[in-house]
Amino acid sequence: MEILGLLMDGVFIALDPLNILLMLIGVALGLFIGAMPGLGSVNGVAILLPATFLVPPASAMIFLAAIYYGAMYGGAISSITLGIPGASTAVATTFDGRPLALKGRADLALVTAAVASFVGGSVANVLFTAFAPPLASVALDFGDPEIFALMLLAFATFVGLGGDDIPKTLFSIFFGLVMASVGLDIMTGEPRLIFGDITGFMHGINFLVLAIGIYGIGEMLWTIDSTRGNLTMTEAVLSIKRILAACRESIKGWKGTAIGSFLGFFVGILPAAGATPGSLMAYGVTKMVSKNPKEFGKGHVGGVAAPEAANNSASTGAMLPMLTLGIPGSPTTAILLGGMVIWGLQPGPLLFQTQTEFVWGLIGSFYISNLFALIVNLAFIPLFIWMLRMPFTVLAPMIFVLSVVGGYAATQDMHDVWLMLIFGVGAYLLRKLDYPVAPAVLAIVLGPIAEPKLRQSLLFSSGDPMIFLERPISGPITVIAIILILLPLFKLIRDKLKGKKAAAG
Amino acid sequence: MAISRRHILGLAGALSIGAMVAGLPGTAAAWEPTKPIDFIIMAGKGGGADKMARLMQAIVESEKMASKPLVPVNKSGGSGAEALIAAKGANDPDHTIMVTLNSFFTTPLRQPKLGIDIMTFAPVGRMAEDTFLLWVHKDSGIKTFEEFLAKAKADGNKWVMGGTGKAQEDELLTEYLNNNFGLTIKYVPYKGGGTVAKQLAGKHINSSVNNPSEALGFYESGDVVPILSFTAERLPLFPDVPTLKEKGKDFSYGMQRAVVGAPGMSADALKYYQDLFHKVYTSAKWQKYRKDKSLFGDELTGDPLKAYWDEQRERHRKMLTEMGAIK
Repeated sequence: MEILGLLMDGVFIALDPLNILLMLIGVALGLFIGAMPGLGSVNGVAILLPATFLVPPASAMIFLAAIYYGAMYGGAISSITLGIPGASTAVATTFDGRPLALKGRADLALVTAAVASFVGGSVANVLFTAFAPPLASVALDFGDPEIFALMLLAFATFVGLGGDDIPKTLFSIFFGLVMASVGLDIMTGEPRLIFGDITGFMHGINFLVLAIGIYGIGEMLWTIDSTRGNLTMTEAVLSIKRILAACRESIKGWKGTAIGSFLGFFVGILPAAGATPGSLMAYGVTKMVSKNPKEFGKGHVGGVAAPEAANNSASTGAMLPMLTLGIPGSPTTAILLGGMVIWGLQPGPLLFQTQTEFVWGLIGSFYISNLFALIVNLAFIPLFIWMLRMPFTVLAPMIFVLSVVGGYAATQDMHDVWLMLIFGVGAYLLRKLDYPVAPAVLAIVLGPIAEPKLRQSLLFSSGDPMIFLERPISGPITVIAIILILLPLFKLIRDKLKGKKAAAG
Repeated sequence: MAISRRHILGLAGALSIGAMVAGLPGTAAAWEPTKPIDFIIMAGKGGGADKMARLMQAIVESEKMASKPLVPVNKSGGSGAEALIAAKGANDPDHTIMVTLNSFFTTPLRQPKLGIDIMTFAPVGRMAEDTFLLWVHKDSGIKTFEEFLAKAKADGNKWVMGGTGKAQEDELLTEYLNNNFGLTIKYVPYKGGGTVAKQLAGKHINSSVNNPSEALGFYESGDVVPILSFTAERLPLFPDVPTLKEKGKDFSYGMQRAVVGAPGMSADALKYYQDLFHKVYTSAKWQKYRKDKSLFGDELTGDPLKAYWDEQRERHRKMLTEMGAIK
């Protein structure tokens, strides 16, 4: 019960008037930063880091954590209302959030996102409070083969899903992987696929460029094409009654919320992963265990709940290795880590003992920020829905402008804006031909994590792939992943046999 | 939405007017930046170089040393090649500075196609020289360098050294140990020093040559143990750790932590940044950080810094050639 006492102390520190004010400002700022395409929690925290020198370190950290939190909530907003992922962590939210909005159920999607985010954040907070030290050692146990096995599992959840056309899914994954390998190779330092000497390819293809191209530009073209221009924007009615009804209906996504909350936290604590892979994996797993996976991608509540619960949960999870091991679990926590160094705090195994007040004040603030974020978010939902009621002739140019800004903001390189436009047109064409594009996005997020891990592991074993099966943690994960990948093949064979029997009989 | 866009436009307008006013010619005053300064970091987020760069930014910011902010941008791709190209191709060299490490020497040597001549960069200031130690996990039971040699020799290429990047500092040191002590240690590259430290603490690798700042957290918790220092003299922070020199080899190796200006920077701007980073160097915070993280290397600037680069480039050319990384 010592932990509860420490937590209470922490909550008291967080309830200091200055801290409350900072949390409110942080959450609201984060919400808008997250909602702006191209700007995510990384940018928000990096930009505002220097502003925090005015307050004591604990308050500064609470402020930045609140921005981080708010951004996780905010990312969903433009994903749902405009179909452009507001932040990298909200890419998976577009898969079902956008179709829901097109059906006139934006209120349901937004409420689900807010509630799932809150639940995800709360579950993660409890796990964090109760198990921080033992979980830190789990994170340490995850070496290269384990991380690679986990990435393989993430791919498998996307391939092994029945319903979609498997060859087309594979094509999409491989296209994403090729895009992911562009740029300078970490293992050798040699440039790859830079098409002669185009320097814009040197830094690789930022996956936000691909995601915004596909979902912003591609979606806009698709809508224009499918409606031939005489589109009356979907009815987005608004009343307190409807929001309350949406709250009740959003409970239908509980499975997604639960999966997202736990899976997200777990992926979040692993160094190298972070909230973006966490949310994509949660989406894949939820779709896989669902009774009607075919409804996913067409506006399933669970498809919104899972990634949103996961990205909030993962963002708290990512704090764990940062505080206990000094290893950031996500790009944003890497900047927070830099901040801690500037404030003269040494993150690492001893931080919990030497800086009790700082650590528990921060943990206490997680709980309160999470609540604030929910309230602020719900309060703004009417505004976001009002945006949807704009005619498409106004909305389309806005989507275009925001996409261009988002494409530029990610890397600050015009090269990427052109690339994004090309991806947008390409995605539109692929969609006409019935190719799923989500797997390509998954591949470009997970590829850069999986590839070095694969090569590092094989270096360890001198090229022997058995290393993935022999180790106690990576072994079972790899086996599950392989079974999932082969599942459609089994199904195909079974169906063939059945067909033969039927023909013979 | 419309409102916020108008705001942004208004802000941009105000900024550009501000910039025009600030940039008006005819003022005899010394050169001052007219817009935010791009502060390129030649390494990934969270590593030793990154932490140091952000500390410098924080010092400049909190003590209001510059009229315009430093905007840190991490460009870690390809052992620093991405950063070098970005600095070389900077639109506005007067507002582009970069924090460098030893990949400043090695990457242009390994990739002549990049067309980088490090002597074209502007010598702002060397802020420190970071040190390298040889680390093992406490569970390995190894306490001395001799025990390490015996164990690594027995394990042959099963012994794994983790390090940052390919043909960079960490691999050069591994290669040195292999060549001079008859070892066949296997080297596995990672993205950053922080990851390497974690790999060692998790016992996924057998040893590392982390900088003190990278391994300090796990050292203080007792997970990892330093057994050798690659410095000329013992480190004040680790007085019991012997140097390679004491083991009979006349060899020491450090990592430059220097700020450089983009090629084409004007002399006035260079003077400005030299003064700015001199202030950072002499600030109490920087001096404390140097002490806490066990940093060596005095301040160098201008021609002495260029001479140091020349010397380091030749040294790395030799090391890389011996290693077979370049011809």
